[in-house]
Amino acid sequence: MIRVIASLAFLLLINTPAMARGTGDLGLFIERASSSVQIVETSSNTSIGSVAGLGDLSHASVVYSRDQRYAYIFGRDGGLTKVDILKAEISQRKLQSGNSIGGAISQDGRLVAVSNYKPGGVKVFDADTLELVADIPATFGDNNQRSKVIGLVDAPEGKFVFALWDAGEIWVLDMSQRDRPVIEKFKNIGRNPYDALITGDGRYYIAGLFGEDGMAMLDLWNPSAGVKRILPDYGKGEQKLPVFKMPHLEGWAVAGDLAFVPAIGAHEVLVINMRDWQEAGRIKVHGQPIFVMARPDGRQVWVNFAIPNNDTIQVIDTQTLAVIKQLKPGKGVLHMEFEPRGEEVWLSVRDENRVEVYDTRSFERRNTIPATKPSGIFFTARAHRIGL
Amino acid sequence: MKAITWLALSLILSASPVAAADGISGEREQELQNLLIQDCGSCHGLQMKGGLGPALLPEALRGKSAEYLSTVILHGRTGTAMPPWRFLLSEAEARWMAERLLQGVTQ
Repeated sequence: MIRVIASLAFLLLINTPAMARGTGDLGLFIERASSSVQIVETSSNTSIGSVAGLGDLSHASVVYSRDQRYAYIFGRDGGLTKVDILKAEISQRKLQSGNSIGGAISQDGRLVAVSNYKPGGVKVFDADTLELVADIPATFGDNNQRSKVIGLVDAPEGKFVFALWDAGEIWVLDMSQRDRPVIEKFKNIGRNPYDALITGDGRYYIAGLFGEDGMAMLDLWNPSAGVKRILPDYGKGEQKLPVFKMPHLEGWAVAGDLAFVPAIGAHEVLVINMRDWQEAGRIKVHGQPIFVMARPDGRQVWVNFAIPNNDTIQVIDTQTLAVIKQLKPGKGVLHMEFEPRGEEVWLSVRDENRVEVYDTRSFERRNTIPATKPSGIFFTARAHRIGL
Repeated sequence: MKAITWLALSLILSASPVAAADGISGEREQELQNLLIQDCGSCHGLQMKGGLGPALLPEALRGKSAEYLSTVILHGRTGTAMPPWRFLLSEAEARWMAERLLQGVTQ
């Protein structure tokens, strides 16, 4: 009821020109079982509206237009929905494939790319009209099999980069001339890349490998050097623990020269020295890490975990590499999103149907927002960051 | 009125033969149902239409027995991303999930 009143109040506000407002402190979170999102405001830590009718939102993700007004929501059912977060309404929606996994927006904000599982490939759309601009099937092998595509990100100079789960390849798609897509393929990068990320400067693309040890790294400033294996010895000869959920490599948890990534099949966070790409440490944690995310200033890294440890969050101090705080927000902590400058962090607690806001200095809970099976949380500040 | 409907519903649920036969409590069944949709759904899709893992709709599973499916659930599939769930599920619970999948999972 309160939410209804809040939404009505919000609608009244935005329909009154005198009350025009910015969107820099807005965002949304996915309610994955009810095909809806709630629009939130980080200044007041409240929900200010909701939008329904978004299809199957298992594993949904979101990118923002550069004016931070429109959210492009990528649904599992292949749905691509453009939501106007000021009006809290769908502005356009398209079913673009049978089964998709994520997307990215181009450097200039004019193209939106979607990575698809079925049929495997990438489709590129006009960000204004959602008209199809390019269809890039992820074919590989002698029989032109189609691979599932993962780890799609935007990169500088009008490019998109993604990896092929079934083929073990990384492709760089140059869309700087939208009617003439150019693809550069890197083969034999390792078995089953499960997710990937690009560093905040847009230089290094790194794919995690499920099928073998280490990670595959491509230096986009020196692509002729090819894909290199980093952390090749990680996990060698060790008994792997079962992976009940694939880790995510979203963003890049960096503090100084150190980067933090989830291990796979081990209850550890790996620390990489980015000067020489050597392993700089392993931090024992509470379970299989899923998201390993740095507070925007890089002083803390927050980690959540796969089932059966997904009621817990651990916070790592990036100077000492020690776990300095353990929180139990509730069952099914799926995602974390820091406010743009990091003083607060939002957590979705799926099985308890709420989203929590925590102060990152005192670790005190600031607010609780009722939600239906919340998963990903996405703030508009992502609009201006490479790779998000 | 709501309470009466709820009561009737719980009576129907507790009288269901599946719950009685395998000794899984109603509360645990709810946990398992949530696990099936939300956690299996992470890879197989909340609507079981597939994702990183294959579709688990009844038509996709046609010809496969509950026994086979529960073995896959308990022991995983080597060389794929399907993990062994025996660390979190008993044999009876895996069997319960396999039967749910064959019937069709609805939220």
